[in-house]
Amino acid sequence: MTRLTTVPRPAGDLRQPAAGPRAGTPVRPPRRRSRRSSQRSLWGWAFIGPAVAGLFVFYLWPLVQTAYFSFTKWGVFGGSTWAGIANYQKLLSDPAVLTSLRNTIVYTAIVLLGVPIAVVTASLINRPGLRLAKLYRVLFFMPYVAMPVAVALVWRLMFNGDFGIVNAALAVVGVEGPHWTSTPGLALVALGVVGLWASIGFNMIIISSGLASIPQELYEAAQLDGAGGIRIFFSVTVPLLAPTLFFVVVITTITAFQVFDLLFALLGAMNPAMPQTQSLIYLFYSEAFVSNDKGYAAAIALLILVVIGAVTAIQFRLQRRWANID
Amino acid sequence: MTDALRQRSRRRAGIGSFLTYLVLTIGGIVMVFPFLWQIVMSLSTNSQVMSVPPTFWPGQLQFGNFVEVFQKIPFFDQLWTSVLITVLRTAGQLVLCTLAGYGFARMQFRGKNIVFALVLSLLMVPPQIYLIPQYLIIQDLGLLNTALGVALPGFFSAFGIFLMRQAFIGLPTELEEAARLDGANVFQTFYRVMLPLIGPSISALIIITVLWSWNDLLWPLVVTTRAENMPLSVGLAALQGQFSTDYSVLMAASLLATLPVLILFLALQRRVVQGLAFSGMKG
Repeated sequence: MTRLTTVPRPAGDLRQPAAGPRAGTPVRPPRRRSRRSSQRSLWGWAFIGPAVAGLFVFYLWPLVQTAYFSFTKWGVFGGSTWAGIANYQKLLSDPAVLTSLRNTIVYTAIVLLGVPIAVVTASLINRPGLRLAKLYRVLFFMPYVAMPVAVALVWRLMFNGDFGIVNAALAVVGVEGPHWTSTPGLALVALGVVGLWASIGFNMIIISSGLASIPQELYEAAQLDGAGGIRIFFSVTVPLLAPTLFFVVVITTITAFQVFDLLFALLGAMNPAMPQTQSLIYLFYSEAFVSNDKGYAAAIALLILVVIGAVTAIQFRLQRRWANID
Repeated sequence: MTDALRQRSRRRAGIGSFLTYLVLTIGGIVMVFPFLWQIVMSLSTNSQVMSVPPTFWPGQLQFGNFVEVFQKIPFFDQLWTSVLITVLRTAGQLVLCTLAGYGFARMQFRGKNIVFALVLSLLMVPPQIYLIPQYLIIQDLGLLNTALGVALPGFFSAFGIFLMRQAFIGLPTELEEAARLDGANVFQTFYRVMLPLIGPSISALIIITVLWSWNDLLWPLVVTTRAENMPLSVGLAALQGQFSTDYSVLMAASLLATLPVLILFLALQRRVVQGLAFSGMKG
């Protein structure tokens, strides 16, 4: 984890001994010191105050509000009434929820296939003495920087069933290509391909910096022991890269679970395949702002929170077990 | 014997590096192909775009597609909105996150740890959770269809605070003490002495915020409904809904929308790549 110093690690970071007098100290500190400490508190709050107030108004309180909204029913002309657990009952019986959850998981699984690809490209790019390394890095990274809506439109043209370049390439080898973006099932695969393409660059950069932090002596020692390239890759690179890989997998999963932009532009809101392809976030969006059922949408939002939290927790668990076996 | 061995290993290395270049070149072409295709298609006629087999080069370049973009959507209004949103959000975050990050990293005061724990807990929450209440706040403030309305919630960022705190926490204490001995007050110490030392983290924060702000779709899609108030991402999505078969114009518009960030990236690529690797996470 050497280089990735900013991975959130709440428990560890909080255990910092607080200097200075604290509340509840049995011995009353002399008056002058206490005035200085309250002045210090004032400075402290002046620094964090504006940002924390904004976080409270725009994030923390909305979190509570969303939880409350999930128990309400919204009228067409505004105004809401208490609905009890009706939204949650609907959530459990709504086939669209199950479909979009399944789609989100399948999409995430496809995008995660990009992680091994990123490992291979990163280790190739990091090979000492490689010319054009800078150029390759730029090429692989471009999709991550570009606007998702814009690149999804290009892919939509490329995936077009009648005149798209993907099917033209398939025609060369004698395969008649399908209508990718308007066939349920295939549309999800096409979306996954675009998501994978867009995510490789970022993962490659993170893995690259993980690779650069592996001490060169280990490679030299392995070479002296007579290990070949592939052997070195699996017995030196992979184990030492494990923390970085874990981070990349967690981040890729969380990001993929929130897919919206690519889907919105690749398929288009009017696409007949949309109901069978939509993601959880898309379902949330269409319930909240198209059907205007904000109470139900709030319940979906909480479901998303729980699902992402659960998946991340499982990943951390698996990682701990994996680390123990090593 | 040793000579033969060395020769064999050299030949092996030769094959290895040939394969490296082969794989990276093929991969690189796959990665940029959509961008090249976008450029070619934006310069073709619509019938060339829809031809089978595909037309790889239009012959006569059709710059008229770009003119048509300007006629179909208020492009310059949307460009201005995108720029305004990005600048506002980035500036807001810079001021608020550096201040708060400094406070959390270098100052001792009551209630700090519990507040910081709350900030950290926000990092774990997917941003869509806040969307409905944030929309209602912006509506109540009368800021729907304004750049400020799109940018405002993004002024505040738990991630930005965290990033800045991590940067400040690594600096040595001696600097602060020296500044205090020189008679600087707390704010002067922060602004004149400490802030200039976390340049790399600040540029990482700027890069991430600019990228996110420029490319974001869902939030501005909800907040802006009038074409002239939309940022480019939303404008492009709306154009796609209206003229979904006018591919050459769509390609021209999508090229124009990505171009500013792509140019910025190509100009500052070293910094962008380092910044993102450095922050190790997207906002």
